[in-house]
Amino acid sequence: MPGKLKAKIVAGRHLPVMDRASDLTDAFVEVKFGNTTFKTDVFPKSLNPQWNSEWFKFEVDDEDLQDEPLQITVLDHDTYSANDAIGKVYIDIDPLLSSEAATVISGWFPIYDTIHGIRGEINVLVKVDLFNDLNRFRQSSCGVRFFCTTSIPLCYRAVVVHGFVEELVVNEDPEYQWIDRIRTPRASNEARQRLISLMSGELQRKIGLKVLEMGGNAVVGYLQCFDLEGESGLVVRAIGTACTLEKLSGGGATNNAQHTANSSPSKDMKEPVFGDECPSNPLSSGPSTPLRAPPFTSFSPSKSYSRQSSSSDTDISLTPKTGMGSGGSAGKEAGPLKILLRQQTQTALEQREFPFFTLTSFPQGFLLHVAGVVSARSVKLLDRIHNPALGSTRSYKLLDWSSCSADEPETRDAWWEELRQEIKSHARALGCHAVVGYSESTSICEEVCILSASGTAAVLNCRFLQDGCLDVLSEHRCDDSAPPGCGFCHVPYDELNMPFPAQLSPCCCCHRTKVPDVLFTTIDLPTDAQVTGKGCLIQARLCRLKKKSQGEGNATCISNLLPFLEYELHTQLLNKLKLCGMNALFGLCIQISVGENMLVGLASATGVYLSALPSPGGIQIAGKTPNDLTYDQHVSSIQRKINDTIVKNRELYEIHITEVAEDVIGSPIPEPRQRSRLFRSHSESSDELSELDLSHGKKDAFVLEIDDTDAVEDLHSLLTDAPTPPGFYSCNTEIMPGIYNWTSAIQMFTSVRVFRLNNANLTNLGLNKIFNELCENLLKSLYFKLRSMVPCCLCRLNFTVAVPEDELIQVCLLCVCVSVRVSIAETEEQLQFPLELNAESASPLSPKGSGTPSVDYSSFADRCSSWIEQLRLRAHTIRRGSIKTSSSPLPEGRSRSLRSTRSFPGSSVSVVKMTPLSFIPGAKIVKYLGIINMFFIRETTSLREEGGVSGFLHAFIAEVFAMVRAHVAALGGNAVVSYSMKECVFMENPNKNQAQCLINVSGDAVIFTRESDQEGHLPQTSHPQPTEDTPP
Amino acid sequence: MSVELDVFVGNTTIMDQEVYQLWLSGYTVGDAVKVRMDGGVLDGCDASAEVLRSDTMDQFRTFQMCERLLHNPAKLANQLLFQIPPDRQAMLIDRYYAFDDAFVREVLGKKLSKGTKKDLDDVSSKTGILLKSCRRQFDNFKRVFKVVEELKGPLVENIRQHLLLSDRLARDYAAIVFFANHRFETGKKKLQYLTFQDFAFCAGELISHWTVGAMDNQLEDMDVDLDKEFLQDLKELKVLITDKDLLDQHKSLVCTALRSKTKVFAEMEASFKNLSRGLINIAAKLTNTKDVRDLFIDLVEKFIEPCRSDRWVTIDVNLYLTHYINSAHILDTFKHQAVWNSLWDELFKMLTDIQHVTVCFLVKMGMVASGASAAAEGTRATAASSEEPVPVHPTQFTTSISFSFRDMLNVGCRAWPHSGSQAC
Repeated sequence: MPGKLKAKIVAGRHLPVMDRASDLTDAFVEVKFGNTTFKTDVFPKSLNPQWNSEWFKFEVDDEDLQDEPLQITVLDHDTYSANDAIGKVYIDIDPLLSSEAATVISGWFPIYDTIHGIRGEINVLVKVDLFNDLNRFRQSSCGVRFFCTTSIPLCYRAVVVHGFVEELVVNEDPEYQWIDRIRTPRASNEARQRLISLMSGELQRKIGLKVLEMGGNAVVGYLQCFDLEGESGLVVRAIGTACTLEKLSGGGATNNAQHTANSSPSKDMKEPVFGDECPSNPLSSGPSTPLRAPPFTSFSPSKSYSRQSSSSDTDISLTPKTGMGSGGSAGKEAGPLKILLRQQTQTALEQREFPFFTLTSFPQGFLLHVAGVVSARSVKLLDRIHNPALGSTRSYKLLDWSSCSADEPETRDAWWEELRQEIKSHARALGCHAVVGYSESTSICEEVCILSASGTAAVLNCRFLQDGCLDVLSEHRCDDSAPPGCGFCHVPYDELNMPFPAQLSPCCCCHRTKVPDVLFTTIDLPTDAQVTGKGCLIQARLCRLKKKSQGEGNATCISNLLPFLEYELHTQLLNKLKLCGMNALFGLCIQISVGENMLVGLASATGVYLSALPSPGGIQIAGKTPNDLTYDQHVSSIQRKINDTIVKNRELYEIHITEVAEDVIGSPIPEPRQRSRLFRSHSESSDELSELDLSHGKKDAFVLEIDDTDAVEDLHSLLTDAPTPPGFYSCNTEIMPGIYNWTSAIQMFTSVRVFRLNNANLTNLGLNKIFNELCENLLKSLYFKLRSMVPCCLCRLNFTVAVPEDELIQVCLLCVCVSVRVSIAETEEQLQFPLELNAESASPLSPKGSGTPSVDYSSFADRCSSWIEQLRLRAHTIRRGSIKTSSSPLPEGRSRSLRSTRSFPGSSVSVVKMTPLSFIPGAKIVKYLGIINMFFIRETTSLREEGGVSGFLHAFIAEVFAMVRAHVAALGGNAVVSYSMKECVFMENPNKNQAQCLINVSGDAVIFTRESDQEGHLPQTSHPQPTEDTPP
Repeated sequence: MSVELDVFVGNTTIMDQEVYQLWLSGYTVGDAVKVRMDGGVLDGCDASAEVLRSDTMDQFRTFQMCERLLHNPAKLANQLLFQIPPDRQAMLIDRYYAFDDAFVREVLGKKLSKGTKKDLDDVSSKTGILLKSCRRQFDNFKRVFKVVEELKGPLVENIRQHLLLSDRLARDYAAIVFFANHRFETGKKKLQYLTFQDFAFCAGELISHWTVGAMDNQLEDMDVDLDKEFLQDLKELKVLITDKDLLDQHKSLVCTALRSKTKVFAEMEASFKNLSRGLINIAAKLTNTKDVRDLFIDLVEKFIEPCRSDRWVTIDVNLYLTHYINSAHILDTFKHQAVWNSLWDELFKMLTDIQHVTVCFLVKMGMVASGASAAAEGTRATAASSEEPVPVHPTQFTTSISFSFRDMLNVGCRAWPHSGSQAC
């Protein structure tokens, strides 16, 4: 009996009218935890009841405390008939179980009903008295902290990073139980919500136990997912990285770290630049720590290390290995693998069996080398063994509930185990012993399920993985073999024994080691990476038709399609990357969703020009029938278009590369240019890569055949992507490479679109086009809506695609828009380096004239300033526009009177910021209050009345936001970081006027403080030139 | 391909003031898109009409969801569903409760009942304001009326506190509620030249001088109802016209004071009895609800029109009334009559003062309008002279003058009922 939970119901407000006769409500509250229920008195005839109840005390095991939510039900008392439920509030007690997190939950919670949505609010107070339990065999893991953030949380330092933890729990989905046929939709939804809440609690507890076993005290990068497998059940699974975290003493250290690491190197003023999230790096917290190379060094005129690109070839350097499950039988038989990896037998050593890390950004010195993306997919057939509809022959299974749930996770575990093994072997093949930025996902359609796992193969500094070595490390950092800024790009694998055909060239930064020509990763851009120019979002989109079929046939069909899909996605990514003039992808996320008659693939990543990697080559178009004159013209016109686009993009992203490399100080002579290049034949059905020597005159070209439809399609998608409008930047990583002057104006939003494909006989080509347009339009829509925030950066742009039904494509998007400060200082800074760089790139062939730089300088300055001017103008007109509209419809006097003193009743609602980023620009996170992990179901039987599907979903998403905010505020927080929407399943039946939606969101509740005005403004006043700082 | 579902939800609720205004004006999504397109929102954006449509839909949906909260503005600050910064909330509320002068002029003084609501389509077609917007405005009037109906204390303050409206809007709503409560007749043709703001000014004066709350400053008193006792007492004024001696005395006093001060002295002298009778009769009849309703029309018919036909200008009327009241004060017989005790005296003072204010203002409205029409005929001198008044009651003058300017600009073209009734 190691815990006492206390709850007090204070008051309610804005309750709905439950009694039509009196237009009032006789409300009372039931408070339930586990099997104990308390009730308040009925507060008669009021929509704003004041219960002010006694403290309800629950004496419970801490195991239950972790598993169970506190369940608060508000009801309307009815003398003659059954009491009507108004709605419920589920409160996760977990944040109260750790001494470092929240101490009390107190605040207004929206009362939520799965049919009616939010119906009023209730004020609740919850406390927990926890007694220490040192029992070795305990089943609880109170005190283990969970973070969704995929980096070391900002006010902590990692003492040890233990490694991968995973767990999954399986249960039968209440929606598919026989009882669902006789109960109300409300009861069914509530059963489901409650079950999932229970399951996630249990999952967290089990993972916590593993962490304790490993000697850790926290899970970072906690990723929990639901698989709604329909009739075969409900799987809740989670992965994370176990760590031992230590709170940084005092705010000073954090602050210091933030400052030193963030400050732009070219100036030593302390302007906080929030682009980096350096405090995740505990080692740099001390001022004595040598700092990593400043991100701008590549631009300082004194150094010039980039060299002429000697690589003549390009390739998908890291073709992912695709693993295919054996189409279904594997699932049923649940092979011997399942014996592996059970938590009880897992020792720390065995744990290394999966040297996976869910982190995407790392402490300084942790990441030594990155090889590339490794991914594995497998297609499984969900078994129907627990399907109650199957009949009496299997009914014993139903009765034997415990055996069901005991058996199931084994199967699922084995599936994932298989995938992880595969990932691990891929990483090995790349010469890496670890996988970072690891994540797992599923896509389910009927009984077919695609399991995907992906990560980035990497070599880590082992010392981080053990106790007690950190201090040593912090003193003398990694030796010279891995210089900061380019070390992580160096290939970890043997050059002579490459796992795949790739072109290596000497590192453009240090010239000592080999680097690949392109680098794909799933992690965030390391804070110390040297980047040229700015980054941008790069997406590859693909749809493939599939025959409708059942069972194993279906699974086989999908298995066969998958490698082509992935291969093409990669080709597209690579092409687009080249088109942007970039050479590396970060935060790569490839989603493949399966529908009944199609497969949809969406790969998003942030393209970057890494200074260490060779300059990407162009794209060369080749036709198969070179004799045809008109055809040749066609080809050359396309070629011209592509070349123009590359040039334009380079300018847009400010990628200016020095082409002079010969006179680099003491560098080894670059290897002779290799003339071999890759020829890709799209007409061949195999995904084999063949190397051919095609001696085209132009150097480093990437040949695209446009003879078959596929290539035309490729080209099409290449050229139709609209560039981001001026003033907008977008990326799917935490920080935008090349942008550092963020303001604190942030706006997080979610957008959902569902498209219906009307014509049944679509070709792959048509389908692709539609899908492409869909995504492009969504982006355009965002740019339009956020035009008032310009200049701004869309960060963590997270797309999720699903094929909920035949002919339906659903795209969800979650993103945060951060306003960027336009400062003259920045443009000044930019003006200086291109002064030289641009001069050279502009005249690569002509001998360098001494006069050129100045000429180029002016032209560049012109261009730059005109761009800035344009931006300002835009911002200005937008501002002016809004003022105009505000005054036009009303007489002058009225709009003026708006400003008059207004007596607002003190608003009890505190502002809660939400962001998918792990930090808040312009602010300092002082405390993590606990994980927010919520699951909601909303259903309606009056779809039309609620404004159709859009109205319904709009209201639901707004409600979810409201509930997240309320929970965070009740914990005492003022923001949610690392917020994400894991699941958004939407189903409709317009004929029945019904719709249902499930949403799962998670994030970390935090308290942040604004950097004091002094800190915020001092740097600006100390600027050499006063900046016009007017965020719109 | 068709978009089945399209939503965009921000953590901080995103709204565009321009779109909000379109929504408030009752536009459909399609029309709003057209207006925005024509307004040039897309200029400089690489966006299609589809994007605009989707944006407009999103915002209209948001406003629709907010509308429920806007019906009870106090709720907006406490609700959890939308995170809206306080200044935005104020904007939302003020815009929602803002109304069109053209619309309010149609409903002012009418009973806020279902019947009136049914006639809104006529109002809509007459004013050119979309029916949806008319309904919103009408419902707002009704809602505010309901909220303050049962409340004690000062009307304007109540409205401001309970509906979180700005000072200006609260004052306007007080006028609307006041007019609706007494069902003052404002729709007659003869009153058409008056704007809502003119009536709002009158309402403000009436509220502060004629209501129960104005009479004794007890908090529990109500601002909405006229002081019955006061109206009863007004009857006593009749002595001024029924007693022949008193009437003559009064006239001679006024005439002495006015001699050589005005160009229209002769007319003034001639019409003194008529005008005095008109005013006192109006005052004496106010105990009757029906006559209260006709207060404004009576004032125009019995006092303003005769003055206007004599070509008085504002200063003349003002002078006349000032001396009319002052003289009544110093009427010897009036003072020495035994029936008049000191209490009555006080009352009298107050009521004449009030009468003066209201009537004076109303007259000025009429005179300026006539001046404006005169200006149209080419005699600018009268209009010009009205701009330089002798400040008798400085504060009242500034207000009224500012209004007369506005009138010249806005109402100027609107003809005086007699001279250009066809134009109306």
